[in-house]
Amino acid sequence: MDVLTYMIPIALLMGVLWLIVFMWALRSGQFDDPEGAANRILLDDENDEETRNDNR
Amino acid sequence: MTKAKPVTDYSAHIRVNADGTNQLRLIVAGMHCAGCAFKIEKMLNGHSGVEARVNVTEKRLSLVWAGDRAVGNNLLADVETMGFQLSPLKQAGTEDAGLKHLLRCIAVSGFASGNLMVFSMALWFSGRDSMGGATRDLMHWYSALITLPTVIYAGMPFFKSAWHALRHGRTNMDVPISVAVTLASAVSLYETFHSSEHAYFDSVAMLLFLLLIGRYLDARVRLQAKSAAADLLQVMQGTASVTEEDGHIRRIPSDALVPGMRLYVAKGEKILADGTALNTGDVDTSAITGETLPRHICVGDAVLAGMINMGAPLDIRVDKTQQGSLIGDIIALMQRAEQGGAVYVRIADRIARWYTPVVHALALITFLGWWWLGGVAFQPALMCAVTVLIITCPCALGLAVPVAQVMAGGRLFRRGMLLKSADALERLEKIDTIVFDKTGTLTTGKIVMDPPSCLDEETKSQIAGMAAATAHPLARAVTAVWPSLPAAGTVEVDGRGVEIIQPDGTWCRLGSAAFLDVTEGPDDDRLELWFSMQGRPPLRLTFSDRLHADAAVVIADLCTKYRVVLLSGDRPGVAAAVAAQLGIDEWYGAVDPLRKHAMIDAEISAGRHVLMVGDGLNDAAALSRATVSMSPSSALDIAQNAADIVYQRAGLASVAEVLQTAGRTQAIVRQSFGLALAYNIIAVPLAMAGFVTPLVAAVSMSLSSLLVVGNALRLKGE
Repeated sequence: MDVLTYMIPIALLMGVLWLIVFMWALRSGQFDDPEGAANRILLDDENDEETRNDNR
Repeated sequence: MTKAKPVTDYSAHIRVNADGTNQLRLIVAGMHCAGCAFKIEKMLNGHSGVEARVNVTEKRLSLVWAGDRAVGNNLLADVETMGFQLSPLKQAGTEDAGLKHLLRCIAVSGFASGNLMVFSMALWFSGRDSMGGATRDLMHWYSALITLPTVIYAGMPFFKSAWHALRHGRTNMDVPISVAVTLASAVSLYETFHSSEHAYFDSVAMLLFLLLIGRYLDARVRLQAKSAAADLLQVMQGTASVTEEDGHIRRIPSDALVPGMRLYVAKGEKILADGTALNTGDVDTSAITGETLPRHICVGDAVLAGMINMGAPLDIRVDKTQQGSLIGDIIALMQRAEQGGAVYVRIADRIARWYTPVVHALALITFLGWWWLGGVAFQPALMCAVTVLIITCPCALGLAVPVAQVMAGGRLFRRGMLLKSADALERLEKIDTIVFDKTGTLTTGKIVMDPPSCLDEETKSQIAGMAAATAHPLARAVTAVWPSLPAAGTVEVDGRGVEIIQPDGTWCRLGSAAFLDVTEGPDDDRLELWFSMQGRPPLRLTFSDRLHADAAVVIADLCTKYRVVLLSGDRPGVAAAVAAQLGIDEWYGAVDPLRKHAMIDAEISAGRHVLMVGDGLNDAAALSRATVSMSPSSALDIAQNAADIVYQRAGLASVAEVLQTAGRTQAIVRQSFGLALAYNIIAVPLAMAGFVTPLVAAVSMSLSSLLVVGNALRLKGE
């Protein structure tokens, strides 16, 4: 059962990492405007024209 | 001479950020889709040094710019020219922060329960011989390490609420929850310390997790309900144009208007204060009185704040400040209604009243029973009492109402109905009287010309040509049926009609009965236009505001179950005609906004429960006073905000459907309470007898919660 001594802390650490990521997402406003974000993807990028010209 | 575009001054609301940029936060009204939002963003971001972001979900605009403070006003004036109304926001909403905090608490307790389950599984399913005491203790200590910070962080919403209630000499559901969580943690820690077998860390974390989900859903549903009175105030806080002594026009905030000032109202603008007209004109009074037709006003006539100028610019002498205006009275009534709204006690709170004493009494009986009568030591006796507290913790109760509400709300939303107040469905169940407004609610609010009898083509084109020359609503209804180009030489006469002088000197008129000197017309209160050529008998065209196609069916159905009343601000004759058409026995016409409120108030004082359906500013006070209120989405924003439910589909089917869904939801809620009660009846005696181990507690708790959630999910499937 010695494996527990390091497996448990590793598992907990992964859990804490997930929690931190979620807290970051919440704090950085990922859930602030779900409706807007869903629609923004349909919006043409204003810089499209320039980017295309640059690529030429 | 070109006059500069009037600019509203928002500089008082500017916040200067740490990096020296200016920031304004505003609510954008008139934004209906993401497209509008992005149009605003694109326009604003096109300027250099400007950063604009629109939150589509909350209809808010955040504008950040560097440099001159006055730039913001010009930018926002451009947004207003695009057709959006802006109102500044003072600070980030506190409810918003509360919701986010709850979400964080859910995340923490969810993390804790998930990880604790890993330890618990190992502890439950390994026998005494397969796991050594040292390993078990290690797992208990790990559990404690996870649980204790979780309790302190995620338990805070409950502790705070419980403490707040106790300090004011009340108890609520959070008191037993706080006691159970604290005691269970303490006893489990004690057990761990003494290397005992049973620790309830997993139960504590799961308890918090489940309860927080219910709390979060509840808070989310409640968030949408906001103060309608404040909104009405905001609408009236526009910028007014005032003519100064020297003839210059100055823009001032509308709350700075004082009696004696001369208000200048351009065509299409809203009148912002009660006053007296100094010239003649036409005003749209539909928002205030519910009348379909614009009213012609003469010099000396009284005009009210909220009316809209339909014709030539109006000069108005301000008679009252905004507080003293009719709108001010409506706002005062609505504020009173909103404060009195707390009278309704939600079913969950009613249960909480007897729940707390019963649970604590049971726990105490268990403890004393084991300790004194059973002769058990202090510590195991306390353990039994704690399991009673854990088992009775109202996870299922706490989830029953919010989940059913969220499900019903989602179902209604998909069918085009927005539930704005959390407990509207609960209140709907009690309804015995339904009060309808006429214009825009029972009717479409659009005037349609009745098919005229036998007209020759020449007369028809003559009428159409004259009608096309004016913007009067009745004339518009004519051109909607007979499209035509404006006839040359048509002259509008003083809001009474239009006239053409023919080449041979005879006149040809289209307008009101008085305009054509018609004295003996049928007296049926219908909307009418008269047409005549000099020397020929006058012709009468009638108009009506069409009823919704499904109105008759829905009203007939509602009449069998409820008392249905029609309350209209329109002329009695028109109200009577609509009532007769729909088979409504009880109707009142020419009811002004304050009397509408008073009549609803009287009904409620008489012990009735009233559902009010209306759409105008004149309904706003009545809507906020009614037990439950509904507005079509075509309604004014004020009415929509005062209403508990807003429906998007044209027609009245939504009213019947909401009532039906409310009945269904409450049935589900009651079933869920029944399930929770049944679970307690089985589990509590077991806990009191000392048979409940951490495994039993965890399984029964999640099982009852799943049952309740599953039961509520049935609302979605139907």
